[in-house]
Amino acid sequence: MTRLMMLVIALISAAAPALAQQDGPEARARFGPADGPAMVLRSTTDIAVLGPTLMDFTARNPGIAVNYEQWGSNALYKISQRDCEAGHSRADAVLSSAVHQMVDLVNRGCAGSYRSPASTALPAARRWRDQLWGVTQEPAVIIYNTHLVPPQDVPHTRFALLDLMRRAEARYQGKIATYEIEASGLGYLFAFEDSLEASTFGALMEGFSRAGAVATCCSAEIIKGVSKGEYAIAYNVLGSYVNARRDPNVGVVWPQDYTLILSRGYMIPKSAEQVDSAQKLLDFLLSARGQEDLRAAGLLVSGEPEDSATPASALHTIAISPVLLVALDRQKRAQFIARWRAAFGR
Amino acid sequence: MARSAAIEGATASLKRRVIIGVLALLLVGGAVAALAAFGYGRAAARESYDRLLLGAANDIAEAISIQNGAPVVDLPVAAFQLLALAPDDRIYYSVRGPGGEVLTGATGALPNPTPTDSPSFFDASMADERARFVTLSRRFAERSFSGTVSVTVGQTLRARTEMALGLTRDALIAAAIGGIALLAAAVWVIERAMRPLRHIADQLAGRDPHDLTPMDAAVPAEVAVMVGAMNRFMARLDRQVAAMRNLISDTAHQLRTPVAALRVQAELASAEEDDARRDLILTRLQRRTRSLGELLDQMLSRALVIHRTDAARRVSLDLRDVALDVIESRDHELVAPNRDVVLEIGEAAVMVMADTLSLSEALRNLLGNALKHGAGRVRVGASREGTRACLWVEDSGPGPSAAVLERIGERFEKTAASVGQSAGLGLSIARAVAQAFGGELLLGATAQGFRATISLPAQEEQI
Repeated sequence: MTRLMMLVIALISAAAPALAQQDGPEARARFGPADGPAMVLRSTTDIAVLGPTLMDFTARNPGIAVNYEQWGSNALYKISQRDCEAGHSRADAVLSSAVHQMVDLVNRGCAGSYRSPASTALPAARRWRDQLWGVTQEPAVIIYNTHLVPPQDVPHTRFALLDLMRRAEARYQGKIATYEIEASGLGYLFAFEDSLEASTFGALMEGFSRAGAVATCCSAEIIKGVSKGEYAIAYNVLGSYVNARRDPNVGVVWPQDYTLILSRGYMIPKSAEQVDSAQKLLDFLLSARGQEDLRAAGLLVSGEPEDSATPASALHTIAISPVLLVALDRQKRAQFIARWRAAFGR
Repeated sequence: MARSAAIEGATASLKRRVIIGVLALLLVGGAVAALAAFGYGRAAARESYDRLLLGAANDIAEAISIQNGAPVVDLPVAAFQLLALAPDDRIYYSVRGPGGEVLTGATGALPNPTPTDSPSFFDASMADERARFVTLSRRFAERSFSGTVSVTVGQTLRARTEMALGLTRDALIAAAIGGIALLAAAVWVIERAMRPLRHIADQLAGRDPHDLTPMDAAVPAEVAVMVGAMNRFMARLDRQVAAMRNLISDTAHQLRTPVAALRVQAELASAEEDDARRDLILTRLQRRTRSLGELLDQMLSRALVIHRTDAARRVSLDLRDVALDVIESRDHELVAPNRDVVLEIGEAAVMVMADTLSLSEALRNLLGNALKHGAGRVRVGASREGTRACLWVEDSGPGPSAAVLERIGERFEKTAASVGQSAGLGLSIARAVAQAFGGELLLGATAQGFRATISLPAQEEQI
């Protein structure tokens, strides 16, 4: 297992973050038997996070090998769409955090249907048409550098963050980060959900603008930045990645007004070849064992938030439903990004 | 008991027949109801989901505004929340400008490129799946932009099908419950209606074998027919049994005396030593034996007649044929070879509903009486008198005395019988036959002599 991890790490290091914007996987890894056919899983999840779960899966299903490809969400959306139009999918399963893109793929008729006791047991908000399933539950959190942000300044709600940014203290100027929504499908989804969820979003944009907030790419970079002290506070970061890294300098806040919960969408393309393996993987991910693995990886929070001050009723799961199609609408997106750019002064 | 013993030839039980009938009805009705309910459900689903579709399209159309001389859609989430009420259906939407250029939403050819009116609904396919679409247009006439923007929204049919099937299922469940109730009611009603039959069966089973009185008929009209028939059958049986009993007792009573006399005569003859006296006794013995034979003949013939009049089918017959047959058989020539017997019949047929054999027997007896007890020429005839059809025998003598006439026609005229004469018996046969066919026996003197007439209701000539 350790040796395999080494291989994985080697592969990750081979794929530099600079490649992120290009059309192609950011990293690859293989789980299970080294020879023979393997199912292809394309995912936006970092290999290091999902790796142990997949290793457990291949250990329990000796005949199955998994070729894992890590993609950026927008690139994954594009390649999946292309595969769908071509009628031949290289991927046997797609697992993306940008669920609105997954909903769009399903809406275009790109997905195959599957029903099993485990899949039908999912709550309605975490499955659609028996073609898309939300296998994880991860919160969108505010993280901060514990050295740079004094305890009294730690924002426990969006209003607190807003107040902090309005104070326009020099200490936070240019030190607040969030996703670059044009580059990250997930960042866009969180921002869009925010815009639907509360009227504070306009004020938040204005606050970002005033505080000279930085929009940058990718959970890993943002967390690293906060950890190093490059940023003091980061908004709408995927909490699961923070947990996975266990960085001592990083504090995590589940916003108490509401915390968005993301459920990564798992889809089996209609033209997939190894449908059987893909279905087995889904059932494993939804099984008690698989859920335990995901919980160990930080990809699955139970109903109780870690920050006990956040009431359970404040957890808003991003429902997997056709309503997410609005987020992908060309004009809507253009308008939204225009607003965003205006806020970040680009 | 007898109740549970299956009767041979009994066909399927009523209950089973009704159950099969009701089930067949339910199956056919259920199929028809399912089709109708599905048709109705589909129409209802189409109507309700078309409204959702139209509502969403309207929402989107409302969200179009003109910015910098170009139409811009701020796609409303509400429209999609509306469409998501059909939770498992895929969504199509496309907003096109005046020249057909895509403003937002799906690119590519519209599923229905030439909508005729606004809004217009149509069926088409959405990526290999059947779907329903609506297109509506919104006109803009502004300084910076003028033209029509069309909004097309579509949705696959899962929710509609599910709703139609759900309505069908509900209708079928209701029909099934109704059907079961109907079945139960039918079984209950039959059970109740058939209970009198059980009662009748119990009554019959518990009845004394000699009890042929009618059964009380507190039964439904349909069953009463059977009980009535059974009662009539028992009455007939009763009559026959009675006749049989009479015959046996009469015969025993009737034969005892002559047979005793015969024995005495025979003993006398065997004890007599004088030849001349023995011859005399033997002659008497011979006469007695013959008259006993006649008596037996008549008694049997009477039994036969009584049996037939109850049992034989009545047919339409001509009394002249009966008279003719009796004369032509020439039996009377054996009894009285020297007597003159004349047939008197007319041209017209004398029709009655009766049994030929019984009437012949009656006539033969009357003729025998006339030959034996009457005098002179004997005439036999059949004639129509008003509404009566008459079959008669007439001799030229004065007839029996008034006292005899009074007693005559009883079943047994004992005095006559005890001496081996059977005129009474013959008359009683004739009377029984006449009564059996709804008529009577008339005896009386005429200008020519004494006439015995069997008078029956005449059957009208066939129209």
